[in-house]
Amino acid sequence: MSQLSVEHLLGIKHINKADIDLIFKTADHFKEVINRPIKKVPSLRDITIANLFFENSTRTKLSFELAEKRLSADVINFSASQSSVKKGETLIDTTNNILSMKVDIVVMRHPNVGACDFLSKHVNAKIVNAGDGTHEHPTQALLDSYSIREKLGSVEGKKIIIVGDILHSRVALSNIYALKLQGAEVKVCGPKTLIPKYIESLGVGIEYNIKKALEWCDVANVLRVQNERMAINYFPSTREYAQLFGINKKLLNSLSKKIVIMHPGPINRGVELTSDVADADQSIILNQVENGVAIRMAVIYLLAQQIEHK
Amino acid sequence: MFGTTMSKKILLNSKEIDIILHRLACQLIENHTNFENTVLIGLQPRGIYLAERLMVILKNEYKINRIQFGKLDITFYRDDFRRRDEPLSANSTDIDFVVENKNIVFIDDVLYSGRSIRAALTAIQSFGRPLNVELLVLIDRRFSRHLPIQPDYRGRQVDVINEEKVTVHWKENDGNDAVYILND
Repeated sequence: MSQLSVEHLLGIKHINKADIDLIFKTADHFKEVINRPIKKVPSLRDITIANLFFENSTRTKLSFELAEKRLSADVINFSASQSSVKKGETLIDTTNNILSMKVDIVVMRHPNVGACDFLSKHVNAKIVNAGDGTHEHPTQALLDSYSIREKLGSVEGKKIIIVGDILHSRVALSNIYALKLQGAEVKVCGPKTLIPKYIESLGVGIEYNIKKALEWCDVANVLRVQNERMAINYFPSTREYAQLFGINKKLLNSLSKKIVIMHPGPINRGVELTSDVADADQSIILNQVENGVAIRMAVIYLLAQQIEHK
Repeated sequence: MFGTTMSKKILLNSKEIDIILHRLACQLIENHTNFENTVLIGLQPRGIYLAERLMVILKNEYKINRIQFGKLDITFYRDDFRRRDEPLSANSTDIDFVVENKNIVFIDDVLYSGRSIRAALTAIQSFGRPLNVELLVLIDRRFSRHLPIQPDYRGRQVDVINEEKVTVHWKENDGNDAVYILND
């Protein structure tokens, strides 16, 4: 198969295993490209991409922008904080205004769940979800799986624990979909208040003890505590969270095997991970960032391929 | 495998291909002597077989052991992205050396429109600025060029019409060495 089964990348829920395989295979080629002396290919010379970020982002925005530029696309960036959204413009109006400048692909991050899905039904452009509220962050899940595959050879049959704030995490949900599609075993671990009800219906297990969780897994994907999304206190204090669910070197060294540590960033050092764990040789956090560019190049390239040439 | 309307004519048999490969190897030696500053670049996917055959002849029969060899995929440099019915599928690029100031020989099986070679010329610049670039092909389809590109080394020049297809078979991949002209 050399074509995606979807017209937009709205979430991992909408794609299948063959799509993931195709994205990974394409990303392998782009990973080679971005390690060349000249890290650019001319494929998307006649494609224009708008990055619409209605919510703060550092690495995702940079990663998308770099991926787009390395494919030679023209790129326009938009941040809600500096825009007419503040003046009361609707999402469709904002987007249609941008599209009338002849934009082919929209990469969007939005605080509301389903914003990308909504947009894809109302505007004539390819949509890539760069994170919609607490729902999905598909490219992050793809780059996480790609990094596991790179480190351990495959995702199938591996045991992955996702630690932290599962309730507010779009990274967790997209990761669960992606990992299950590829045949991994998945468990989540965190304070009871931050584990969503009925999460087991997605086919994942729950573990409340961090030591047991780490002893079980091959890979620990550790998430950030998202204080900005918490309207109430879900746990008594950051210090208590760090003591009960934080991962330090002593804990890692006490395990019977060497596990892989991942984190989508930004890290709260000393909360979910101590610095010596974040910087340890078993941490692949910076590989995730590098792979993020290759994965986003692959996703954009494959979607652009479907745009009819006029 | 082939429909009733398709005809298949043999253009070169395995013996003829072998003779041509030896001649091409000798022509390369004539221009590049010991290949000290020369790199052979096989163009993905079908140029690789020809390049590897020539490497074997140069090594085994002419004792030229140190030849730098790379594989170049041109998919992302093609000029027909989004203009084809079938989506493009990439192959691996494997060039683990710098091509700056090197003599490069592109190797491909069939030269047709010249567009692949145009893409390869762009692609190779991502690895540095070569001193010069030559082109070696097994089959040169005359009268079908879209661009001003000609081979420096050619196995056989053929005159075929646009509806005809030239395919090169290699025994390591296709079971036998042969060049066919297909007409449908």
